[in-house]
Amino acid sequence: MSEAKGILIVGETIEEKIAPITAELLGCGRKLADELGEPLFGALIGSDVSGIAQELIALGADTVYTADNPILQNYQTDTYTQVMEKMCKDISPRYVLMGQTTIGRDLSPRLAFRLNTGLSTDCVDLKIDPQGKGLLQTRPVYGGNAQAIFAVENKYPQIATIRSKAFSPLAPDTTRQGNVIPVAIEIDTSKVKTKFVRKVKEEVTGVKLEDAKAVVTGGRGIGGPDGFKQLEELAAILGGAVGATRPPCDNAWVPSTWQVGLTGKIVTPELYIAVGVSGASQHLAGCSSAKNIVAINKDPDANIFKEARFGVVGDYKQVLPAFTQKIKSLLDK
Amino acid sequence: MNIIVCVKLIPDPEAPPASFKIDTAANKVIPAAGVSLVISPFDEQAVEAALRLKDVNGGKVTVISLGMGLPRDVVKKPLAMGADELIILEDPAFEGGDSWSTAYALAMAIKKIGEFDVVLCGRQAGDWDAGQVGSGIAEFLGIPGITIAKKIEVNNGTAVVERVLSDGYEVIEAVLPALITVSNELGEPRFAALKGIMAAAKKQPVIWKPADIGVEPSKLGAAGRATKLVKLFQPVREGKCEIIEGENPAEAAEKLALRLREAKVI
Ligand SMILES: Cc1cc2nc3c(=O)[nH]c(=O)nc-3n(C[C@H](O)[C@H](O)[C@H](O)COP(=O)(O)OP(=O)(O)OC[C@H]3O[C@@H](n4cnc5c(N)ncnc54)[C@H](O)[C@@H]3O)c2cc1C
Ligand SMILES: Nc1ncnc2c1ncn2[C@@H]1O[C@H](COP(=O)(O)O)[C@@H](O)[C@H]1O
Repeated sequence: MSEAKGILIVGETIEEKIAPITAELLGCGRKLADELGEPLFGALIGSDVSGIAQELIALGADTVYTADNPILQNYQTDTYTQVMEKMCKDISPRYVLMGQTTIGRDLSPRLAFRLNTGLSTDCVDLKIDPQGKGLLQTRPVYGGNAQAIFAVENKYPQIATIRSKAFSPLAPDTTRQGNVIPVAIEIDTSKVKTKFVRKVKEEVTGVKLEDAKAVVTGGRGIGGPDGFKQLEELAAILGGAVGATRPPCDNAWVPSTWQVGLTGKIVTPELYIAVGVSGASQHLAGCSSAKNIVAINKDPDANIFKEARFGVVGDYKQVLPAFTQKIKSLLDK
Repeated sequence: MNIIVCVKLIPDPEAPPASFKIDTAANKVIPAAGVSLVISPFDEQAVEAALRLKDVNGGKVTVISLGMGLPRDVVKKPLAMGADELIILEDPAFEGGDSWSTAYALAMAIKKIGEFDVVLCGRQAGDWDAGQVGSGIAEFLGIPGITIAKKIEVNNGTAVVERVLSDGYEVIEAVLPALITVSNELGEPRFAALKGIMAAAKKQPVIWKPADIGVEPSKLGAAGRATKLVKLFQPVREGKCEIIEGENPAEAAEKLALRLREAKVI
């Protein structure tokens, strides 16, 4: 590999549009690229993705490489790793950044091991080491009880995935100029040993959890699916969404897509109401950036009160109905 | 069918956050009093996935764990649940590794075992939360990998896997041998029955050293890391919660709503 230069971010799309994480990657990548005085590259992999390359440029990319081919319509480890391996060899970037998403979680380690380089997943901060220009990668560890800074020495590209909502996107600037370069795709099908069969989507009614301005989350303390009906009522009044800790999902009281936390969704609403939630670090990983956390828990020593701004100590069955009623009357006025 | 499961022992990740302390000078976690080592939760689910495959297809389940001085009662739990064999990679040379050197050692141990159809890992270890070792093993072995599985079936030499997505799941097929990482959506691991516990007590783990898997110590553990830990620290939490009180729960609830309005939160 020639001398490593520039930063390559791996874009993702959701229903033919740029995924929020892609804008965050470009925001983070642009800053680092300017600091290095090196270019910011974007990669777009998929079918019919070239049309949105210009949007990546508006959001900060200098050059966008597109791997546009029907064979890449659905994410598959073996095809996407081959594409990324080729792009990394062609471009030889200093750093490769991806989102800590269902794709990034799968693709980044596979790519790092194939390229014989180091990777840090789920980073919340990235800095350039003034000596040697290595990437200093900060990531929560031990479920969020601690953070660690990692460095990769003398191996390129240095790869990191970033946590959703940890970095800010730039405001789109449609006057920004950049190049779009299609990459020739040659997939070695003899090395594709997995097959995508189908995707089963869970329908979301109302506001999406990740986008909601208000989130009402229930924990194990809710006790069963019936209690969640009350949380849905409150969420509807607030125009928000319902979330859950892991136990209600594992117990099938609610769909597993409602899980907030380290291995669930990351939410950053204005208002996060945690009901019957103890405040385990792995749960807080998904909600600690909420502007205002409100806790209702019968245990005054519950860890959630260390994170919350406001709290009521009590049984939610007695607290919630009056709370919901009062909120409704305040919002109706 | 030959199934291999990789299992890591970690400090109980569900211990109260207040008990968690680090030695910043040494960049190390201070083992908290009363917090015991457990099988990393997703790895216990990987054991469960292996046993379910064995229930349906028959075969043998081999568990591998890398670590020094692993308490035998904990590391033998998969045997008590129904696994057939336990191999421990136990040597100072294996210590202090990262995902890179750990995946390498495990992959070499799996090669040494030789015959396998499915390798199972947890989606991520509950201590460092990296989520890399499974994919790394697959890459070292040159086999397909499917991550974050919630359901696994095997038909005619093909694994059919439901992979968890943020908005549902997808079905992926892989030609065996394949590596699959397991998520909590798979469901509760089974309890070890008394019979299993008694049988496990009698079984002795097989201990392998670097030479047994044909690896030079320089590629293992701390020496073989691809990443360097620069700093380990605990972010400071402010923690000033305003507790709203009332004569009774309903009054406290109403006062909370009013306080939220006052603070312009709603
Ligand atoms: C690697 C790893 C990843 C994980 N990822 C996640 C994740 O992404 N998301 C997640 O949520 N968890 C995750 N977990 C699990 C996490 O560690 C905790 O087990 C979980 O968050 C606890 O959920 P909880 O607070 O609902 O339950 P508990 O800890 O059991 O707390 C229940 C709370 O409800 C209160 N309560 C009970 N009854 C009432 C009542 N009537 N009224 C008011 N309060 C009441 C109790 O006082 C208690 O505080 C993960 C764990 C590991 C090891
Ligand atoms: N020391 C170890 N011994 C056995 N298996 C391990 C070890 N470390 C990691 N693994 C396996 O790799 C998975 C992912 O680990 P990690 O990449 O460290 O998050 C774990 O869930 C285990 O299945």
